[in-house]
Amino acid sequence: MRYLPLNDADRAEMRDVIGINNIDDLFADVPKDALNPTLDLPSHQSEMAVERWLGALAAKNRTADDGPFFIGAGAYRHHVPATVDHIIQRSEFLTSYTPYQPEIAQGTLQYLFEFQTQVASLLGMEVANASMYDGSTACAEAALMAKRVTRRKKIILAGGLHPHYASVTRMNAELVGCEVIHAPANPLKNAEESDELAALIDDQTACVIVQNPDAFGHIADLTPLAEKAHATGALLVGVVTEVVSLGAIKSPGEMGADIVVAEGQSIGNSLNFGGPYVGLFATRQKYIRHMPGRLCGKTVDAEGKRGFVLTLSTREQHIRRDKATSNICTNSGLCALAFSIHMSLLGEKGLRTMATLSHEAAIETADAVAAVEGVELLNKSFFNEFTLRLPVEAEPIVEKLAAKNILAGVPGVRLWPEDDALQNLLIIAATETTNKQDIEALVRGLGEVL
Amino acid sequence: MSMNNQGRPTTPPSNETHCPPTHTGNKALQIEEALIFEQGDFVGTGVDFAPPKGLTPRLGGLARDAAMHLPGLSEPEAMRHYVRLSQKNYAIDMGPFPLGSCTMKHNPRLNEKMARLPGFAHIHPLQPTSTVQGALALIDVLASWLKELTGMPMVAMSPKAGAHGELCGMMAIKAALVARGEAETRVRVLAPESAHGTNPATAAQCGFKVDDIPADKTGRVDLQAFKKMLGPDVAAIMVTNPNTCGLFERDIRALADGVHEVGGYFYCDGANFNAIMGKVKPGALGIDAMHINLHKTFSTPHGGGGPGSGPTVLSEALAPYAPVPYVVKNADQYGLVEKRSQGAETSFGRMTAFHGQMGMFVRALSYMLSHGGDGLRQAAEDAVLNANYVRVLLAQEMSQAFAGPCMHECLFDDGFLKNSGVDTIDFAKAMIDEGYHPMTMYFPLVVHGAMLIEPTESESKEELDRFCNALLALAREAKRGNQEKFKGAPLHAPRRRLDETMAARKPELRWKPQTAEYLAAE
Repeated sequence: MRYLPLNDADRAEMRDVIGINNIDDLFADVPKDALNPTLDLPSHQSEMAVERWLGALAAKNRTADDGPFFIGAGAYRHHVPATVDHIIQRSEFLTSYTPYQPEIAQGTLQYLFEFQTQVASLLGMEVANASMYDGSTACAEAALMAKRVTRRKKIILAGGLHPHYASVTRMNAELVGCEVIHAPANPLKNAEESDELAALIDDQTACVIVQNPDAFGHIADLTPLAEKAHATGALLVGVVTEVVSLGAIKSPGEMGADIVVAEGQSIGNSLNFGGPYVGLFATRQKYIRHMPGRLCGKTVDAEGKRGFVLTLSTREQHIRRDKATSNICTNSGLCALAFSIHMSLLGEKGLRTMATLSHEAAIETADAVAAVEGVELLNKSFFNEFTLRLPVEAEPIVEKLAAKNILAGVPGVRLWPEDDALQNLLIIAATETTNKQDIEALVRGLGEVL
Repeated sequence: MSMNNQGRPTTPPSNETHCPPTHTGNKALQIEEALIFEQGDFVGTGVDFAPPKGLTPRLGGLARDAAMHLPGLSEPEAMRHYVRLSQKNYAIDMGPFPLGSCTMKHNPRLNEKMARLPGFAHIHPLQPTSTVQGALALIDVLASWLKELTGMPMVAMSPKAGAHGELCGMMAIKAALVARGEAETRVRVLAPESAHGTNPATAAQCGFKVDDIPADKTGRVDLQAFKKMLGPDVAAIMVTNPNTCGLFERDIRALADGVHEVGGYFYCDGANFNAIMGKVKPGALGIDAMHINLHKTFSTPHGGGGPGSGPTVLSEALAPYAPVPYVVKNADQYGLVEKRSQGAETSFGRMTAFHGQMGMFVRALSYMLSHGGDGLRQAAEDAVLNANYVRVLLAQEMSQAFAGPCMHECLFDDGFLKNSGVDTIDFAKAMIDEGYHPMTMYFPLVVHGAMLIEPTESESKEELDRFCNALLALAREAKRGNQEKFKGAPLHAPRRRLDETMAARKPELRWKPQTAEYLAAE
């Protein structure tokens, strides 16, 4: 077996040193009837054989590169420079562990410090952590953190919050005794939603969680909501599922949010059928001791040279056990590295261009499809994603277009299966990868199947 | 000194013992590297795009005007920055990484290649299921391997890491208690004091109160103490097996029976499954839930701290509460159950936005297929053999915490350093100078000055001999009272020992722009 260096002669010699006759002497504590069970599994295979088998499975999937592609709703197809994937495959990054021995992990620690700075700047906040599993779990952690900060238990979720984020957050918050109020999803507009949400805030409210742009693509000014929340001592949590949008629109931090969480996949990371992704988590300096997750901080070594270490670990499970801020024991290290490399290449200038190109692609797509008979565009404002109302249920339309090799977007039923009013909705995303031919194919396809 | 005929010396000058500082701070191949914020400017970029068309924006009047202070590096600058940073890291590909309970094994590059096939990497989680049949099949096949290896009927694939898998298992237990109408009365979770910190933290996150079970003098759960703690208010026990002392809980069936008799559930922490994969099916031992760290046992890379992946197997009793989404197979078609209303009414809900760590699934299955059932069993045996070989060799100079054989990791205490003036941390840091990553230190908490060594099956006998010889030499040196070498260690790493107290007392978690405006705001 190519991954195992020991041969039978080594094994025999080592058994002699240990003083056993049989390897199973080392498994003597295992109940006899449970040792060495029958395994209904195939035997080992060559690299070539494994590659063929997995290659055949991969070939059964229709990829984002195979034709026009307009799916978003929390994961976006962007172009990632070749440099990014090369660097993250360097052994010293790929095959290192959590930097618990900082003297021989300064590479990881320095990029985490840079990552935290990039994330805080991008999200418009003062500090960020070293990343979370993904945007949805970061959102749940934000709710739990708001509970700790305010010592209150009411969590309000905006109707425009991605329904999967809402599910994850609700479940985690209810487990620790929170009351969760979820405003109804309103695909038409979210400007009024701001007032409706504000009306739900009271002196028991820990936080209001609002996504911007929301799940339908609308962009809102969160400032009035932030003011209302702060007036009662509640926190505003801003959620961003398309982080590239922050290259074009005001960050939740600039609009008064106290915690901002985001899905960072769009920068540096592939679609990967949903994971691994990288959750971004940022807040104000005064709340750092309430933050979940790993933090990297600056310090000096015994010679006074600048260096970096994991810090504030007294919040974490390996020190605080059942009193920890979270049970989290990993960040999303390699995905955070990919994010940070891509962001270092883009810089503010590149990010703004990438955002502008994505926005322009969405404008062109929206105008083109809205001209199709029977199709209504529901957004006045949007970044790179918008919602259409079709004259018929959207899911069969999406299936028919998939048969024409067009991945047209996400039907409302996929995200809100219980809500009959949303069955005709189709949510469409465009990015800098979307070209004229893609848009023409979508318009032609929609015209044919509607 | 010999020279060639141009007068160029061809042998080094005689012994240079003195090591003067360099002007640059660099030390040959070790290059000091500034932060990106100190070298890039805020107007450059290393990515070329087509020019925008200048369309009128529809951003609702909320365009971002303020500066973001994000530097952009050209491609060669970026490449050099990250390569230099990488050279300050230790890695499995450089040498043994004997962190106990972390299972730092070889990461095959075939796995990386497979995960990057466009058919896996460039597919969206919300594509119509008809267009991702290969991906769903892969998840289903991986699930079947995990079920077969653990002897369990159900596996939840979506948890994003080991601790997330713990959360999944404990949420399933909570949901089962709710269904039984006992959520209000069963409020206690029992966990050994040797448990990973994630266990009590997870239980607390599910609203349970945690009580520590003491260890007996062999390093295992104290069965008598455990039995006394049982009662009708117990929701579950959380036990790691093999445990964090590297020992198999030989009373595991008694633990399972005990908790089941009082109506509770058995959560088994599967962090150390590498010791027993293919050798024992935990399902045969009476467990109800167990997470599996694909990034430990099944070789997906640790990547400097993630991403992980923590599929969680569930017993018949807990299977109805498994989280959505999950893959189902109808005739020849794979589908996804994504909502309770799709026939998953008893599911406790959703753990994450999408279907889990697909990229890790591909890598783990690639590893499993390569090994096969026979190779996985051999890997577990080799991991245990290597750990015991190290245990026996090191016991010549170091103090083994608990007598007798171990599983995949061997535990020492600091008894052998008594009166030497050298502490566990000094010993660990001296290993860095010898070219090795230290073992896990000061964990588990049940042993004083713990040193937990897990070599894994990836080390050759020759590598283990070199490793043990280095540690034995250090142990002898410590006993001889040569403190200086230890207290100053590491001397040869990119950094000397770092001041963690200062970092925590006055946390600086980011670089700050040096603009007048920003400085004024400070």
